[in-house]
Amino acid sequence: MRRFSWFNATSLTLGFAFLYLPMILLVVYSFNESRLVTVWAGFSTKWYGELLRDQEFLDAAWVTVKVAVFSSTIATVLGTMAAYVMVRAGRFWGRTLFSGMIYAPLVMPEVITGLSLLLLFIGLGIDRGVFTIVLAHTTFSMCYVSVVVSSRLANFDRSLEEAALDLGCSHFAAFRLVTLPIIAPAVISGWLLAFTLSLDDLVIASFTTGPSATTLPIRIFSAIRLGVSPQINALSTLLIAVVTLGVITASIMSKRAAVAQARDEQAAIRAE
Amino acid sequence: MAQTAFAPWDDPDERPLIEFRGVSKRFGDFTAIDDLTLNIFEREFFALLGPSGCGKTTMMRMLAGFESVTEGHIWLGGQDIIDIPPNKRPVNMMFQNYALFPHLSIWENIAFGLKREGRPKDEIAARVDEMLRLTRLGRFAKRKPHQISGGQRQRVALARSLAKAPKLLLLDEPLGALDRKLREETQFELMDIQEKTGTTFVIVTHDQEEAMTVASRIAVMDEGRLVQVATPDVIYEAPASVYVADFIGDVNIVEGRATPEGAGLRIDWAEGQAPIAARSDSAFARGQSCHFAIRPEKVTIDTERPDRPNAFRGKVIDIAYLGNISTYHVELAGGQMIKAQMVNARRLANRQITWDDEVWVGFTETAGVVLEG
Repeated sequence: MRRFSWFNATSLTLGFAFLYLPMILLVVYSFNESRLVTVWAGFSTKWYGELLRDQEFLDAAWVTVKVAVFSSTIATVLGTMAAYVMVRAGRFWGRTLFSGMIYAPLVMPEVITGLSLLLLFIGLGIDRGVFTIVLAHTTFSMCYVSVVVSSRLANFDRSLEEAALDLGCSHFAAFRLVTLPIIAPAVISGWLLAFTLSLDDLVIASFTTGPSATTLPIRIFSAIRLGVSPQINALSTLLIAVVTLGVITASIMSKRAAVAQARDEQAAIRAE
Repeated sequence: MAQTAFAPWDDPDERPLIEFRGVSKRFGDFTAIDDLTLNIFEREFFALLGPSGCGKTTMMRMLAGFESVTEGHIWLGGQDIIDIPPNKRPVNMMFQNYALFPHLSIWENIAFGLKREGRPKDEIAARVDEMLRLTRLGRFAKRKPHQISGGQRQRVALARSLAKAPKLLLLDEPLGALDRKLREETQFELMDIQEKTGTTFVIVTHDQEEAMTVASRIAVMDEGRLVQVATPDVIYEAPASVYVADFIGDVNIVEGRATPEGAGLRIDWAEGQAPIAARSDSAFARGQSCHFAIRPEKVTIDTERPDRPNAFRGKVIDIAYLGNISTYHVELAGGQMIKAQMVNARRLANRQITWDDEVWVGFTETAGVVLEG
C-alpha cells in the first residue's frame, strides 16, 4: 500500500505552507542586506546588530521579560492552587460554577478582558505601567496553567497524599513534599505556557499599559504603523525563536512526565 | 507447648486497644457502617473479612482518620480518636496499591515518617537500616520504587508503615497485588514480622484463605454489620449464620425443619428421605425451619452403605479433581446436591468411583451445624 498518495502530499504541503509561509518569509527577510524589506540584496545579520544598539527596543524587551516572568510566576501559583481545589475538593456547592468561571477567560475576547481591566484600574486609581500589565497577564494566563495542572492532578493517585498524611505530614507538608515534586513537570510546562502567552500579548497589554511601560509587541505594532523595517523583522524572528523554544520545552516536559507516569503505571500493573 | 494460648478476648480483665462504640458511617442515604461495636486487643492480628462494599475498608479508613465518623466513638489506647487528624494518630497504614512515593528512593520512602517527627539524623538512619534488615531490602535502599518488583514494593510499604513503630498497623488488602505463590510466602512473613514487632495488625481482605491463615480473630462483615467475630476455627467449624458458612470455604446447605429428639435434632428435609440426625447447642422448637450446613470434607463417599448415623443414596454428577483432593458432586433422590470431598491418597488410576456411579454419602451427627432461619 502506498502510504503517501498525491492527495495527501498536496494537502500536507498546502496546510503547512498556509501556516508557516508568512513566518518563513519574515525570518528570511530579517537576514536581508537591503533597507527595503521586500527587495532581496544579499545575506546579512546587520539588522540584528542594529537592534542591539537600539535602546528603545532593548528597554521594551526588558519590560516584556519582566512582565512575562512575574505574571507567569504568579499565574502558576494561583493556577496550581485553583487546579488543586477543583480536582481535590470533591463536590461542593457551586463547584460547576466555580470551575466554569476559572476557564471562562480562555474564551473571553481579549478586547473585553483588556477593557474591563482598564476600567478597573482607572476606577481604583492605579497608575498604569508594568505592575498593571503583570496583573492583567496573570489574570488571563492563570486559567491556562490551571487547565494544564488539573489534567495532571486528575490522574494523580490520591493515596500518595493520604500516605503522606498518615506518616505525619500536615496537608501543606503533604503537598510540598509529595504532590508538588510529582506534578512539577506539569507545573513547569504551565509556567512556560504562561510565559510565552505573556510574551505574545498585544491587545491586553495595550489596554493596561501606561506611558512608562512599552512591551515588545506594542513597540513592534507602533513601529509598523510608520512602515515595516528590517529591524522589526529581526526582532520578530527573535521573538519567534523564544516562543518556539518555550513551547517545545513545555511539550517535552509534559511528554516526559507522561512517559514517566506510563512507566510507573506499567510497573504497578506488572506487580499485580 | 507450655505456652498459654493467646486469647485476650476471653479475659474479662483485659482492656482492648481499640474500641468501636456504636459507630455508624453514612454517605448521604447510604449506610456504610451500621451501629457497630467491636473490641480489638493489643498484639492481635485482626482480620476484617467481607465482600466488596461490606464496609470493611470504611472501618479501616475511620481508624486511620481518612473517614469521619457519623455517630459513635472510636477509642484507641484509652483515647477517643474521632477528632484527631490522621497525621496525629499513633496509627500507620499500608495502602492497597502501596502508595510509595515515586520520586523518593526506597531509603527515603522508609525514612519519610521519621523525618517528619524531627528525630536526629543518626537515629533515623539506624531505624531505617533496622527496617531494611527486617524486610530484607538492604540491597535496594538506593533504588526508586519503579526499579523493584511487586513483592519488594510490598515489603517497602510494610517497612515504611512500621518505621514509626505505630501502636496499630492497618493493612488494606496488602497482598492483593501479588501472585498466589508470593502471596502465600508473604502471609507467613507478615505473621513473622507481626510477632517480632509486637504491633497490633488490622488487615482488610476479601480473601478468606488469607484471613484464615494470618489472623488471630476474624470479623466477617456484611452490609455494614458484623456477622460474626471469632477465631478462624470457630468461624469455620461453627459459623453463626448461613451467610458466614457460605462465605468461608465450601459448604453444603440443606433446608429443612427441625424436631428435637433425645439429645439431638431430627431434620426433615425432603419427601421420602430419611431425616438427618444432628446435634446443636441452640434450642429449636418443633417444626422450626432451619438450615443444615456441612463442609464437603466431612462428608464421606462410598460404594457400599456406610455404617454412619446419616447415609443417603445418590448419583455422581461431577468430579472436580484438584490433585491432592477430589470433590464429588452427588445428586440425592429428590434433586438435592451434596458435595463430598476425598483426599486422593491413591493414584488416580486406582480410583473406583466415577461419573454416573450409584454411591452413598455419609456423615456423623456432629459433623454439621444447624442454623436458624
